[in-house]
Amino acid sequence: MGGGGRTIPALLVTLAVLLAVHPMLPGWAVNMVGLSLANGLAVLGLLVIMRAGLVSFGHGLYFGLGSYGAAMAATFLGVTDAFLMIAIGMASAALVAFVLGFLMARYRGIFFALLNLAFSMLLYGLLVNSAVLGSTDGFSMPIPSYLGYAPVDATSRVSFLLYALICVLAFAAALVVHRYLQSTMGYIGEGIRENEVRVEYLGASVRRAIHIKYVIAAAITGLGGVLTVLLIGHVTPEDTVYWTKSGELVFVAILSGTGSVAAPFLGSMLFELVRTYALQYAPDLWQMLLGATLLAVIMFLPGGLWSVVRLARRKA
Amino acid sequence: MLTLAAIMIDGVIYASWLFLVAIGLTLIYGVMNILNVAHGSLYALGAYAAAWLVGEYFLAGWPPFASFAVLIVAAAAVGLVFGTVIERGLLRFMYGRDEIVIVLVTYAVFLILEDVMKLVWGVESYMPYQPRYLLGNVSIAGLPFVVYDLCLIGVAVVAGGLVWLGLNRTRLGKLLHAVIFDRELASAMGINVTRIFTGTFVVGAMLGALGGAATAPLISVSPGIGVEVIVIAFAVVVIGGLGSIEGAAIGALIVGLGRATAVHMLPEIELFIVFGVMSLVLVVRPEGLFGRRVVRKI
Repeated sequence: MGGGGRTIPALLVTLAVLLAVHPMLPGWAVNMVGLSLANGLAVLGLLVIMRAGLVSFGHGLYFGLGSYGAAMAATFLGVTDAFLMIAIGMASAALVAFVLGFLMARYRGIFFALLNLAFSMLLYGLLVNSAVLGSTDGFSMPIPSYLGYAPVDATSRVSFLLYALICVLAFAAALVVHRYLQSTMGYIGEGIRENEVRVEYLGASVRRAIHIKYVIAAAITGLGGVLTVLLIGHVTPEDTVYWTKSGELVFVAILSGTGSVAAPFLGSMLFELVRTYALQYAPDLWQMLLGATLLAVIMFLPGGLWSVVRLARRKA
Repeated sequence: MLTLAAIMIDGVIYASWLFLVAIGLTLIYGVMNILNVAHGSLYALGAYAAAWLVGEYFLAGWPPFASFAVLIVAAAAVGLVFGTVIERGLLRFMYGRDEIVIVLVTYAVFLILEDVMKLVWGVESYMPYQPRYLLGNVSIAGLPFVVYDLCLIGVAVVAGGLVWLGLNRTRLGKLLHAVIFDRELASAMGINVTRIFTGTFVVGAMLGALGGAATAPLISVSPGIGVEVIVIAFAVVVIGGLGSIEGAAIGALIVGLGRATAVHMLPEIELFIVFGVMSLVLVVRPEGLFGRRVVRKI
């Protein structure tokens, strides 16, 4: 929360800049910014529970529920509206999180991480075995319309409308989470991380707080999943629910740091940028680079990239 | 009836494989409280080293039956080298940090090793089928089985037995128990905890590599084989109880027989069974079937 009241103006400026530079960006850059923001949303979800000291190794479960929820609604139910798809994707993630939350709220540390992993792998097993959903190949979805307006420019999937929608939704989610973290419920999370028993003595229900955070985290990550599938237009189990996706989300969260709601977006922007170049020039070194970075961050930069930003701010 | 026999034998074979893959993981967790994601890489490294050495061995035209020794030597060498490097070079700086942080450290090692393997062995696949081919087939209750696969049962029993004896019937095992029970007190009593940790990690790494080396003749060794194995090994270990050798055996049998049943009766739910059981166990008994309950500290 460093910077106190400066986060909201900074986010607003970023939103304005992102929208203003759109005409100047080449197609690949628009796509990359969109993907980073969508992925950043997924990581933002993770940040909500990480603030309470809980790390999930299966958060791809909710990313996948968002993606599959939206894509299935489009392909099988004939839903054409992007907003409706977003609602469906987020609702399916939140609903599953609400049900599983009764269970998850009882677990901490490694068991929380592993139970999430188990459920994400269950969904993976389910998806891989459903021939209707294209099993491991996944399936494609049609280009959506926006409140009845269908973009004429059918050559590219990423219209300005979708780009703007992603920017605005990322901004809105960041704002909501920022406000939430500064509310009493948000601070209870910090308390849970430090000492649960004392939080209970103060009269708050730790389980209920974790349950609520878990659902919020799932809904936001689900939103990230929906937006990703709207951008790519194709969904596969391996890119959404498999444990490597969950690992990637945790990786970006650690890299970014949990110090601010802006951190996940910054982190995933950097992640996408490096991935684009690394996969092009040194595809066999990409994972090694990831691993080395993760080690370096854990050892030398426990607050993630955000602590660098904070340091620069203090000096300025 | 025939199906039942097939399920039993397939299940036990698969369980043995699972046990081989999981035993090193549970040993390391039991002694050091490290959930080692890099165990998947050690498995893959063992498989690669074995595949490559067996290939060279047969090219050289030496007596074919000694190729089994090559498998074991490959696993031991991989475990010794990588186990030592990972523990001494990295993990020892992490002791005392949060369990989750250490998981992330081993995840980083896993990512690095994935690419190391690509750099060393390239991206094409290796198929060291010769040792498996050598032993031929056998017919049990009218069903044909590959003798090599049946030998895996023996290997699992021997490996599990040795670890169990080492832990429960030797002086070293007693020292290990002391370290597990109270690291600081053990150290104060003059036990060299550092050496025990290094030793445990190397033995665990060797077991992981042995799992890979024993599997190599069954599969085509190619990039990414460790990715799938690690989550399945997690499931087996969690079902049995993190850190319990007996638990890993029971977990492997449950998953092995469950999967074999699924494969023969309802192939669609194969992957579902593994993680279904894992979820169920975590829900009902989070510490696993054989795990110890830990009192949550204030």
